Amino acid sequence: MIINGVTIDATFAEAFPMKATRAIITAQNEKWAMISAQAMTGFATSVIACGCEAGIERVLDPSETPDGRPGVSIMIFAMGGKGLAKQLETRAGQCVLTSPTSALFAGIDGGTRIALGKNLRYFGDGFQVAKLIDGKRYWRIPVMDGEFLTEATTGQVEAIGGGNFLVLAESQPQALAACEAAIEEMRKIPNVIMPFPGGVVRSGSKVGSKYKALGASTNDAFCPTLKGMTQTDLSPEIESVMEIVIDGLTKEDIDKAMRVGIQAVCDLGAANGIKRISAGNYGGKLGPFHFHLQEIMA
Amino acid sequence: MSALTFTLKQRPDQRVDMSPLVCQKLAGLEFADIAAITLQNGKRKIRVDELFNVAGSDTQNIVIKNSFNKLDFIGKELDGGCITVEGDAGAYLGLGMKSGEIEVSGDVGLYAACEMKKGLLKVNGNAGDFLGAALPGNKMGMKGGTILVKGNVGERAGDHMRRGNILIEGNAGDYCGSRMTAGTIAVMGQTGRYLGFAMRRGTLLLWNQPQPSARFNDCGAHTLAFLPILFASFKKLNSKFADSSVAFNRVRRYAGDMSEMGRGEVLVKLG
Repeated sequence: MIINGVTIDATFAEAFPMKATRAIITAQNEKWAMISAQAMTGFATSVIACGCEAGIERVLDPSETPDGRPGVSIMIFAMGGKGLAKQLETRAGQCVLTSPTSALFAGIDGGTRIALGKNLRYFGDGFQVAKLIDGKRYWRIPVMDGEFLTEATTGQVEAIGGGNFLVLAESQPQALAACEAAIEEMRKIPNVIMPFPGGVVRSGSKVGSKYKALGASTNDAFCPTLKGMTQTDLSPEIESVMEIVIDGLTKEDIDKAMRVGIQAVCDLGAANGIKRISAGNYGGKLGPFHFHLQEIMA
Repeated sequence: MSALTFTLKQRPDQRVDMSPLVCQKLAGLEFADIAAITLQNGKRKIRVDELFNVAGSDTQNIVIKNSFNKLDFIGKELDGGCITVEGDAGAYLGLGMKSGEIEVSGDVGLYAACEMKKGLLKVNGNAGDFLGAALPGNKMGMKGGTILVKGNVGERAGDHMRRGNILIEGNAGDYCGSRMTAGTIAVMGQTGRYLGFAMRRGTLLLWNQPQPSARFNDCGAHTLAFLPILFASFKKLNSKFADSSVAFNRVRRYAGDMSEMGRGEVLVKLG
């Protein structure tokens, strides 16, 4: 398949089941909601070493937030429910509770309930106040700038992590420009996050390493500087490869995000140095979810 | 299916225990069975059809017409369904109510919604003393649900209250929120003496400055983030509380009762 001069490989992205949750952070203005959200989703690019994958889903209008203030919706993904709950709680405690004027609310009503502010209340040292409003429990925790308001729990749901595609370009600036264009479109899709810095990862990995201690190592088949010394997957004109990883609540959400992302890349086309779109997989042996690029773009 | 309607034929001299006539107890009963139910009337028992003209068949939607202030225990432990009272209601209306809805067009007597657990009680007139309180000797009052009173309430509203909302559009009598353990009482009108007497936790939300009390300490003026969420939860009520123009988030906070554990609060609207 070729779109605007860009070859779409007959391959698939392989993804894994994960657990996910969503939280809504509000603040006095969008600037401070975003600061808090960025802190909460920081150092959360990959479960390999961060414990979770997290990202900002979108900015919320005051009319969409529980307390009528500007807000940001964030999502956190982890391999298991226990790990997710721990990450959520520590991040909420260190990044939202501490952030001026912030408040924290559940972003998923159903699902398995996991603690959001339920245990942060103990920071109140006995001065915390519970309020049960419309069946939802809130905690008011006295802090130095006033009160930190947090919902006690949020929902944990089944999700999918590891949807991805690779952008193969003739130069590094062209690969990055294409990925930036893709991310801009993909951020408009609900229920997905792209957890890597700016949504783009330049160090895609393969499973295993020559070093026994490492479970993952550089994806040498897609490293342009190794074209002559490894079993490369790159043609001579490819000078740079970048990857976009997508975590989403459902397969359909990831499908949609991949479609708009790949389309944005293809819109730049061969004229802008974009040669191929590929995807990372492990031969279909590890992850039960397969995102076939040509099916998605059909 | 039309509502099951009990129209009072004439007012008995003695008080009537209406507790058998709740939705969950009448479900599945034939019309004749309902008519044959006996109610305690003073020291004697009286058949339902002797006291009321009975019509309709929907046992989950009960209407009591020509009601007056000697019909006690209406909606006792109501567990789902809807009871509409046209007129006044006696004491213990909605006692221990578990879910469902009760609406009274007139006034209600003592101990309305006492030890209520869930559901909605709406009183279009005034309510007597001990609204949403605990029965004498008991330590737990209302544990959940919402009480809306469009008129005034008597003394000791929310005595020993533990959870839920009491919304009062009019005035509240003395000892409002006394011995409260938690929950919210909102009063749009005036409050009487000894507001929040011995309250441990909970919120008294006031539109007007109460009489000063040495038992409560001024914690200053604040903008509280939970208030917009609380007011938003009142939107579905047919009440002044649903009107966004009455909502506020700027309050003066008084903590007390300091002679008790002092974790309660009186929030008074500012500006």
